[in-house]
Formats: sequence, C-alpha cells, structure tokens
Amino acid sequence: MPRGELLVTPEPDAMREWFRQKPKQLVPKVTTVKTAVASWVHDGEYLAVGGFGTNRIPTALLHEIVRQGRRGLGLSGHTATHDFQILAAGPCIDRVDVAYVLGLEARGLSPSARRLCEGGLLRLTEWTNAALAWRYRAAAMGVPFLPARVMLGTDTWEHSAAKEIQCPFTGMRLAALPALSPDVGLIHVHEADVYGNCRIEGISVADADLARAARRVIISAERLIPHEEIRREPTRTIIPYFCVDAVVEVPGGCYPGNMPYEYFSDEEHLQEWLEAERTPETLRAFLEKYIFGVEDFAGYLDRCGGRSRLQQLRRVELMLVQESEGMRR
Amino acid sequence: MTTYNSMELMICLAARYLEDGATVVVGTGAPCAAAMLAQKLHAPGLVVMFEAGGMGPLLPTMPISVGDSRTFWRGISASSMTEIMELCQRGMVDYTFLGGAQIDQYGNINSTQIGPRDLPPRVRFPGSGGANDLASLCWRTMMITPQDQRRFVPRLDFMTSPGYLHGPGAREAAGLPPGTGPYKVITQLAVFGFDEATKRMRVESLHPGVDLAQVQDNAGFTLLVAPQLPVSMPPSAEELALLRREVDPYRYVIGRN
Repeated sequence: MPRGELLVTPEPDAMREWFRQKPKQLVPKVTTVKTAVASWVHDGEYLAVGGFGTNRIPTALLHEIVRQGRRGLGLSGHTATHDFQILAAGPCIDRVDVAYVLGLEARGLSPSARRLCEGGLLRLTEWTNAALAWRYRAAAMGVPFLPARVMLGTDTWEHSAAKEIQCPFTGMRLAALPALSPDVGLIHVHEADVYGNCRIEGISVADADLARAARRVIISAERLIPHEEIRREPTRTIIPYFCVDAVVEVPGGCYPGNMPYEYFSDEEHLQEWLEAERTPETLRAFLEKYIFGVEDFAGYLDRCGGRSRLQQLRRVELMLVQESEGMRR
Repeated sequence: MTTYNSMELMICLAARYLEDGATVVVGTGAPCAAAMLAQKLHAPGLVVMFEAGGMGPLLPTMPISVGDSRTFWRGISASSMTEIMELCQRGMVDYTFLGGAQIDQYGNINSTQIGPRDLPPRVRFPGSGGANDLASLCWRTMMITPQDQRRFVPRLDFMTSPGYLHGPGAREAAGLPPGTGPYKVITQLAVFGFDEATKRMRVESLHPGVDLAQVQDNAGFTLLVAPQLPVSMPPSAEELALLRREVDPYRYVIGRN
C-alpha cells in the first residue's frame, strides 16, 4: 500500500468554484516580474514550473522568488533540474512531489540540492514524470483522478500517494493518480499578448495541462505580441488568456536554459552553478553575485555576458556555428 | 585489426537490436548514440522519441537534454510528455533504454537512492523521471551500463523501475501490461538476456577477450548462462566510422581513448 504523503488533495468541486470566479474578461495583465511574484506567490504555497528542467523554464520568475525570500513552498518535481536547483538554493522549498529532481541530466547532481535531500530537510513523495503530467491532466479535466498503468509493483509506488483501483469494466488492476492543482503555475513561453494568450514553439511538455490545472498562472514571455496576431492565427494559441493571472515580458527569460528556436543552453554557466554549490559559503557568494546583488533579471543577464552572450547562444541554437565553437566565450 | 573502446562496443551492440520501422524512446548519451547509429546503418526508418515530446527528429547532433531543441529538430512532431507516454501506454513503442545506479537479477532498477528507504537517503539520486513509466509501458527495455559488484546487486536499496519484479508472472500480477519487460542488458563485459522460465538474467554472449568467470565476478548475484555462448561480434569498420564521424564527432559519449 502506498504510504507517501499526499501534498495536494484533489478537490474538483472546490476548483470548479475557484474557476467560476476567475475573471473571464479581456483585461490587460502585464506587470513586472517583481510585482507578479509579490502579488501571486506566497509563503507556503505549492508551485509547478513549466518546461523541462533546463528547457523553456521561467528562470527570471524563479530568481525573483529567491530574491524575495519565499519560504516553505511545495514543488512539483516534474523533471525539475535547474529550476529545482534555483529553488533549493533559496532554500525556498520544504516539500516536493518527486519525479526527477536534483540532477541536471548528464551534467551531474546539484550538491546544494543533495544537501537538502540527504539532510532530511525536504519532505519527499515519489512519482514519475508521466504520473505528474497525468495528475495535471486530471485537474485540467476537472476529475479527481486518472487511471494509469505505471509505478505498479515498485518502491516508487510504495513511496507515492497513489491508490490502487480495479477497473469496473475489465477488472484490471490500475494506479489511480490524484488530480494535482498547484496554487501557482509558472510558465515561460515564446509569445503572449497582454491578456495572456500564449504561443509555445517546439515541445509543450506538460504545460497545456499545467496552465489549466493551476489556480493561478504567471506567464513570462520572450516577447509580447499584438492581440490581433492571436486572432489572426488562433490555431497557435496553446494557453487561452482566462487561465492566466499575470504576464511579464522577459527577453532571454529562460537563460541559462535552452529556448527552442531562440537560444541554446549556456553550458558554461550551468557548470559554474554546479561548481559554486560545492559548499554553502561558495553558493552564498554565487547567489550574492547573480541574484541578491542585482536589481532584476536584466542585471543577471548583464553579469553573464548580456546581449552578446545571448547572440552567441542563438547562433548555436540555430546551428549557424558549430556547437564547440559557439559555446566558447 | 580495428581497435575500439568498450563504450563503442556497447553502442554498436545495442544499435544492432533496433530494427528498421521500430519505435524507441531514448535518453541522452549511449542510448541516443545507438539509435542514431542504427538509423545510419540498417534502420533508416527507426522512429526515435524523447519523453519530453520530441518525435522523429533528424538528429543533427547529440542532444544535451531529453527536452532540448535537438530532440525535435526537423522532427515529425514537437509534441508533449503525455503524447509520448500515452503512445507507450497504448502499446505503440517497441523499445526503451534505461540506466541506473543498481540493477538486480530480474532487471529491476534503482535510480532513487542508496541507504535505508525510510530514512533520509545516504545518497539521493534524481528519482524515476520517466524511467518507471517507460519500463512499465514499452514492450522491451534495454540497458547499457557498466558492470561491477556495486551495480549488479542481490537486493536493490530502492526499486525505482520495474524489471520482472520478483519473478515470472509478477509484472502481470502487479497490473503492468502483459508481454513487457527487460530484454537485453549490455555491459563492458557481456550481453545479457532474461531466461524465459525464471525471468532471471542470463549471459548470452561474452565480449572478445572476456571469460565467464570474469563476468560472474563482476555480479553480486548468480548469473544464468545460455546453452550457446558466442563471442559478441565486435564493431565493424563501417560501424566505427559512422559512430566516430557522424554520430559523436565531439566524442561526448564515446570518450577520448
């Protein structure tokens, strides 16, 4: 029997009431990163981050959460790599639904995130990537759970908060995955209008469902586009405005991550992060330099090489230069 | 005589199992290299997919992340996590490749933690990611992994992803789709399959210059041995040339030596 802690309880009827009162008028929602985080992200809330670890993540929003010193947050660790690393450095989080955390794929493990986990400073419940994606889907559908055929028979299952059910039609044994409605969804997109209609280029990962599952959604966008653009090509709208509470425009807002068709990941800077985490002291100095010691994300980008670095990474992304050359500063 | 290192050998052996027209979900590193190599040799129609949503890319270079933009470069579709996982769940994906810190005789895998399971972990790893999903849902699971006593263990500290659980019939009894499970394990010493009757790991071929005792010495459980025990076929000159020139020209995966 699974004995993990259920960090967010499914409440489809309460969510219906919530979504009923959520404004549906077309009102401009553009604000600053500072204001968006101050108004919409509160201590103790449960966050979910869009994108995939180092790809299309809302880095600017995550830095601001650290800068404003949020504490006691819950997190959906749906391939949370650099995003997890940033929030763990705060440390802003104290409980996590884990599918994939604390590693940066082939780049290695985050020493600071390891210190949190191995020091017993985080409450962890185990899941899988598909399980968390389907949990968003269940919430997006407005149902309390979805059946699935994963996790069964393993310790991942035992340490999850799923339940076993029997299919009423086939008699099959299934995992019931509880709907997950985060308090806040943070998603970085390519283009948005002032109302929050969003376009994503490339893979959408779990973000269409996340935007529909979360109580509140903050969008950071590479660029704002005219509302008329949305009307001209409605096929491209992946997130409709009424899901969204705040829109911020942050060019380069996923750096040092990979923003498809815009810029590749900055592997040198990601390595610098990992190295800075070796001790709490070196991490503190690093955060001082890049997060606490700058006014905003533009200040961070400047310290990382600014526009010319992003231009270099754009050439790598579009394969205008060879990867090995383009990466070199 | 052609010389090669053990990573090159493992990648070439893995590539040969991927037939034309098959579907495979891969991660970065060796599995991705194996899939790219297969496409350049006997399997131009191999459909390569990545769990974050990349589908059928014409991979220009080795991706760094399973969600980076190379994973859908000139692809069939830039889809989503649920799209890929649902393809797996409805039976459309033939192969997947997994890695881990520990593997046992039934092909169960640990990528979560070392140490007692109800305490803060002594060493914490990332967790399942998509591994448990893929091991549960794809028809055949393969591993490319270094082999030693520390990795090939009698008992996992934590079973992250299912192999044959605790033996024949266990996957089905737990509710996992019938007919799925571990298929091949490829190490620096040998290729392993799984015995039909017991679902235990079985040596199927020995790499050139390796003897059975050496393989057993590097496993923490008793290995079964196939009745015929051939020598693993070393990489051909063509395989090596493609692997080095086109698949991994910067030698990210195959290394320098």
